[in-house]
Amino acid sequence: MSRIDDIFTSLRESGTGGLMPFLTGGFPSLVDTRNALLGLEQAGASIVEIGFPFSDPIADGPVIASSMHEVLESGLRVESLFELVESIRSDVSLGLVAMVSESIIERMGLNEFTHRAATAGFDGLIVPDMDINRTAPLRALADKHDLSLTFLIAPTTSVERATMILKACRGFVYLLARAGLTGESEQAPEIARQVDMIRQQSNLPIAAGFGIATPEHVRQVNEHADAAIVGSALVRRMTEADDPAAAAIEFTRHLSEGLQAS
Amino acid sequence: MTSLQTEPDPSGSFGDFGGRYVPETLIAALDQLTDAWKSSRNDPAFQDQFRSLLRNYVGRPTPLTDCPNLTRHIGGASIWLKREDLAHTGAHKINNTIGQVLLARQMGKERIIAETGAGQHGVATATACARFGLPCEVYMGEEDVRRQALNVFRMQLLGAKVHVVKDGSRTLKDATNAAMRDWMGSVDHTHYIIGSVVGPHPFPAMVRDFQSVIGIEARAQCLDMLGKLPDCIVACVGGGSNAAGIFHPFLEDASVEMFGVEAGGRGSQQGDHAATLSHGAPGVLHGSRSYVLQDPDGQTSPVHSCSAGLDYPGVGPEHAAWRDSGRVQYISVTDDEALASFRLLSEQEGIMPALETSHAIAAATSMAANRSSDEVVLVNLSGRGDKDVTEAQRLLESHIPKLD
Repeated sequence: MSRIDDIFTSLRESGTGGLMPFLTGGFPSLVDTRNALLGLEQAGASIVEIGFPFSDPIADGPVIASSMHEVLESGLRVESLFELVESIRSDVSLGLVAMVSESIIERMGLNEFTHRAATAGFDGLIVPDMDINRTAPLRALADKHDLSLTFLIAPTTSVERATMILKACRGFVYLLARAGLTGESEQAPEIARQVDMIRQQSNLPIAAGFGIATPEHVRQVNEHADAAIVGSALVRRMTEADDPAAAAIEFTRHLSEGLQAS
Repeated sequence: MTSLQTEPDPSGSFGDFGGRYVPETLIAALDQLTDAWKSSRNDPAFQDQFRSLLRNYVGRPTPLTDCPNLTRHIGGASIWLKREDLAHTGAHKINNTIGQVLLARQMGKERIIAETGAGQHGVATATACARFGLPCEVYMGEEDVRRQALNVFRMQLLGAKVHVVKDGSRTLKDATNAAMRDWMGSVDHTHYIIGSVVGPHPFPAMVRDFQSVIGIEARAQCLDMLGKLPDCIVACVGGGSNAAGIFHPFLEDASVEMFGVEAGGRGSQQGDHAATLSHGAPGVLHGSRSYVLQDPDGQTSPVHSCSAGLDYPGVGPEHAAWRDSGRVQYISVTDDEALASFRLLSEQEGIMPALETSHAIAAATSMAANRSSDEVVLVNLSGRGDKDVTEAQRLLESHIPKLD
């Protein structure tokens, strides 16, 4: 987690705000994910989220869900993603965070999963479907393995519930920039109200995502949050491209035009 | 046996099972639903309206029917049926959809969505929506659309829009994902009527609550007609709503044995059955922790059953708790045994059960054979078989004599 802490500390010092691209792990192939990871830092990313494909991704929109089904049909195993990260860890200083369903963590075993994630070189976990009343075992293991641990706050999350969620997080919290599903949108998200609510009770860095698709969105989100997350828009471009990794890098470079010192 | 927990704790758990493993976007709506459901339980106006609709629209109470021919044929305990097939739309599913539509109206939701496997829940949802003038959209897997074509047409006739789901295994699990995904984006004005005792809290307890009318009636009917409680109760379990509905009111009757019957499909290999409590392990699917059928990576396993309504890799969390406490025993019945019982009940009693229900009939007949004639085996006849005749015709073709 020290790497995640350092990244947000330096983002706050520079005042530029950060960019966090999301890649579906192994989509469309492990080589593409590897090549994208090797180029995203240069393109302006601070942290990359690597989504672990899941057979029943209720939290994701159609673009990411279909990328996950495609990867699973090719037979990709959880261990392949750990090996991938292991193979590039020393080549990049990016923060690398696993976005992973509780089902996958629980089946491998909390202890085993966190241990393997940490030894592979992941810096943290985002668990979008965790029951917030049952985070204690995972928190203890995240602390033990020095992993950030992130849960989500929505536009509809109450102050009382946000307090619970913020206490359960380590490293940063994920703010859903809009209600609904991940997916691209024309309009800029309005996150000021929830950012204020969070800031009043915590100094935890805030990464905001859902529907972010343009440099202008990135700029607007980072007026309030510490970093902007880009998922569906990026995965869609990878789906359509002849060279998916190049498309991911190019789109990230384009979005990074929205990063500027305030 | 330690004292059995009959209601979830405040976080929506039945011991280790249940809870809310869903994206944060849905939590506020689940809180609102929990409040509406809890206050409805003590709201005389709500309960009067619900009961009146069950009586005058659904046709409750449904009868308790004896099976003189089947009982003689089997030679053992007497077999009785709780006739949910005679409820409006032909299955128990309507009990829940009427209850949830009333709650949706109370919460001011203007649109209803649902998932469906066999199509019975889709039909029951479309029916309740037609009655209350609410727009209804039903998600159904492509494979189930093929197997249950009649129910697709019924839903359309009732004014519902049917979305064909082509992801993953194209069955109930994927239809549920699609409906959840819709709800994530529409939750402010839409209510999602989950059709079984699955999903995040409060769905498992709430759906069981609406279905427990089955067991409440059956218990009173047994005392009235038989002068005693049944010795055992048998019900099929996919997600487990008809079973939860008949079991729950008997939980504290220690003399009553209860059996949930899962789909044994064509064998015990992973992918050949849908017997989650028999072959699965604790895990998370569709918003709650229960038993699930998963591979070693936590990916949901493919499942198989001849019956679309049981073709599901999860099961309600309260069933998981009943299984672990030993209060209910869970067994499985194969496709072939279910199909044989589909014919048997039709021939012996003139009652054609749904293929789902046929699993319970198969288990009940083998249980009755090993019991004395003064014992009573009660089966929840959860639905009628009309929807299954095309699929049964395909599967049974060689067994039925050709016409000259």
